[in-house]
Amino acid sequence: MDVFSRDVLVVGGGGAGLRAAIAVAEANPRLSLAVISKVYPMRSHTVSAEGGAAAVIKPEDSFDEHAYDTISGGDWLCDQDAVEAFVKEAPAEMLQLEHWGCPWSRQPDGRIAVRSFGGMKVERTWFAADKIGFHMLHTLFQTSLKYDALQRYDECFVTRLLVDDGRCRGVVAIEVATGRIFAIAAKTVILATGGCGRVFPFTTNGAIKTGDGMALAYRAGAPLKDMEFVQYHPTGLPFTGILITEAARSEGGWLLNKDGYRYLQDYGLGKPEPKPVLRSMELGPRDRLSQAFVKEQEKGRTFEGPYGHYVHLDIRHLGEELIDRKLPFVRELCRKYVNLDPVKEMIPIQPVVHYMMGGIHTDIHGATPLPGLYAAGEVACVSINGANRLGSNSLTECLVFGARAGRAAAGFAAEQKESNPAVFAQASDEQKRLEESLLRKTDGKERIASLREEMQKTMEACAGIYRTGAALQQAAQDLHQLQERFHDLRLEDHSYTFNTELTGALELSFMLDVGEAIVASALARRESRGSHQRTDHPQRDNEKFLAHSLAYRTPEGLPRIDYLPVTITRWPPGQRVYGK
Amino acid sequence: MGSREKLPPTVTLAVTRYRPEEESEPTLQTYEAPYRKDWVVLDALNYIKDKVDGSLSFRWSCRMGVCGSCGMMVNGEPKLTCAAFLSDYLPGPIRVEPLQFFPIVRDLVVDMTDFLHKLKKVKPWVVREEERPLSEGEYRQTPEQLDIYKQFSMCINCMLCYAACPIYGLEPGFVGPAAIALAQRYNLDSRDIGAQERLDILSGKDGIWECTFVGECTKVCPKNVDPAGAIQQYKLTGAAHWFKSVLLPWGRK
Ligand SMILES: Cc1cc2nc3c(=O)[nH]c(=O)nc-3n(C[C@H](O)[C@H](O)[C@H](O)COP(=O)(O)OP(=O)(O)OC[C@H]3O[C@@H](n4cnc5c(N)ncnc54)[C@H](O)[C@@H]3O)c2cc1C
Ligand code: SF4
Ligand code: FES
Repeated sequence: MDVFSRDVLVVGGGGAGLRAAIAVAEANPRLSLAVISKVYPMRSHTVSAEGGAAAVIKPEDSFDEHAYDTISGGDWLCDQDAVEAFVKEAPAEMLQLEHWGCPWSRQPDGRIAVRSFGGMKVERTWFAADKIGFHMLHTLFQTSLKYDALQRYDECFVTRLLVDDGRCRGVVAIEVATGRIFAIAAKTVILATGGCGRVFPFTTNGAIKTGDGMALAYRAGAPLKDMEFVQYHPTGLPFTGILITEAARSEGGWLLNKDGYRYLQDYGLGKPEPKPVLRSMELGPRDRLSQAFVKEQEKGRTFEGPYGHYVHLDIRHLGEELIDRKLPFVRELCRKYVNLDPVKEMIPIQPVVHYMMGGIHTDIHGATPLPGLYAAGEVACVSINGANRLGSNSLTECLVFGARAGRAAAGFAAEQKESNPAVFAQASDEQKRLEESLLRKTDGKERIASLREEMQKTMEACAGIYRTGAALQQAAQDLHQLQERFHDLRLEDHSYTFNTELTGALELSFMLDVGEAIVASALARRESRGSHQRTDHPQRDNEKFLAHSLAYRTPEGLPRIDYLPVTITRWPPGQRVYGK
Repeated sequence: MGSREKLPPTVTLAVTRYRPEEESEPTLQTYEAPYRKDWVVLDALNYIKDKVDGSLSFRWSCRMGVCGSCGMMVNGEPKLTCAAFLSDYLPGPIRVEPLQFFPIVRDLVVDMTDFLHKLKKVKPWVVREEERPLSEGEYRQTPEQLDIYKQFSMCINCMLCYAACPIYGLEPGFVGPAAIALAQRYNLDSRDIGAQERLDILSGKDGIWECTFVGECTKVCPKNVDPAGAIQQYKLTGAAHWFKSVLLPWGRK
């Protein structure tokens, strides 16, 4: 087997991974550095982000306001030291992206323009029309090409972390095009593999968001933090789950039930005004808006369509000129995918799984408890998102904590000696596993797609917007059975060349692990906070649960849940007040 | 939803199969998939992969026309399959093949590493004399200045334009439409001074002069990037540059 070696290996070429890699190259150009990604970096799902990225820029704004919006939005589950570092470093990261050429939208005099987003008291979302993720990713990718030290392994799928003597020492991967299995021995590994929305059936997340990095770290002994917190975005298109960005509401869009009524006024989110009001109504936080939808549905005030219940997002009153200038992608997506023009018609929308607040437990430098292993971006949980992420904080998080992880990993790598040969045996075990249990497997009767569908249905039934202990308990059993059935997989493709059935099987097994961690964490948290609403425990319980959950994988494979207190610096837990 | 027209229950797809370990050249295999009004070609391919034949390989991710993974030839035209509705190809059969002019890796997957080398060659990053410290804030850029290059910055690297370009088909060394559009994206950016360096690269062999203005690239581009326009603009600057450097040596910057 080929074994390469690198000082720093970044797994993932999305916003967080590329930012981390550039930070490594700039911090210490002498380090050998590579980015490995299962898709070409510019295919990473960062590309799909629409609305914008948050950072204080206006004179009337302040770091404390950004911190407070983030912490109250996260229902006090954010670590406040992490949030303080985040808000302070955010503006410089945005400017850095500007210096690298990101086509930010501008004011007439050429300065950066900002818009408001849900749960924000002052406008601070930098945007590039409604394609920020696309521009951010391509800017980072194109900029990364100028660093000759940065080597890439494109379309190489990481299957396992190599751990020896309590340290992470590299990875095993498959080169998808050829099926070649190889190892990279690395002094430090940074996981930036993104989220896991595909664990659910209806999501804004692309096919590649299968929680790989979360499962890789979890299997290697690092805990997953706050996995029960799954964000539903209130405005997805039925059937496809394509996102209609929050920017549509921050520009002034309304949510209307089947009677044409702005129903959010009934849920403690303020009074309807014709113009958008910050932290109010349609600009409330996502968890509240998605919960209000379910209540409306229970009251029979939603529409029923072929793909479930929906309400309307109305942006007609914004006018064609504004829509084309600030929301062109919304118009393009509606025309293409639901065959309507939002300039003239209302958009059908329903809540959709969007983002994982939880992820691999890291400190504020991106270090996980496993020495040599770092994580940043959606795969990680620092935690700045708490129980509910504020829209437009996550791209900024990719930059701030991507850069932090890059610098910290570079520092760590420079102190290490050559990597340990003990990992080679592990690497060849992994090769054997891949070949015997998957590539050359000819028996079995389960189809990948059926197991995947069953898993997704299970997750939706138990870990949706409202949850109960009984449903979660049932789901834990069901997932366990699916894990068993996974061993009886039937694979039809035995080719080494671009075998997407093989990668699909590996992704499914990652998702099953991640699903188990979500369910176990949700079951253990007997309170309601942010996006985690237990109808059998409807109150927030700061006595017991002002704490992060940590899911560890036990030797039997099942998760064990532990807790870690939340770091509070200056904002003691209060009530989340919106619309006032 | 309330439509009464009679719709076919299924649609036939004729899909390229090629596994280099087994076949010496690509063949077409037909599959049936359910027909649904809101399904795109990619949905039908996923149906086939999930329910009928797990060994069919193709790339996709976002299913919203922005990641650029899912480009294929649909009935002979380069398309994003996540944006190509089955309803536009009735009654079928629908022919789905890998993007033409690229080497085929497997089934519907082509090898695009060549583009990545070309992209890097045109220096798609901001070139400037000296970095201003971040503490001095942003480089000012008015909405009008942004508009000048904006369109060329919309490229999702989907490779449809290469599959539409007959020059690329004949001359695989040709830098090609998207890479030229991206070079122009930086040339026209008020924050960049790299135009000269890029021009030196692009006016050489395999550069802009290969293009004979077929214009197919612009027609197939799903993001209205207008690579043909970029090439045209470039040729004008390229010609001016040639004049200056050859006829008026002092005119050279
Ligand atoms: C539709 C949509 C709109 C959004 N809009 C906004 C917004 O407006 N503002 C905001 O702040 N946030 C937004 N978000 C959230 C934000 O875009 C994401 O959280 C963020 O982009 C994640 O970036 P990342 O770098 O962590 O991961 P990704 O961009 O998902 O990248 C993951 C990388 O890891 C690689 N990878 C994964 N598994 C493996 C493996 N096994 N082996 C090798 N490589 C692997 C992939 O190839 C990829 O390169 C949005 C999200 C969605 C889905
Ligand atoms: S120019 Fe258009 S067709 Fe060509 S790669 Fe870019 S987006 Fe695709
Ligand atoms: S799947 Fe992303 S462009 Fe089609």
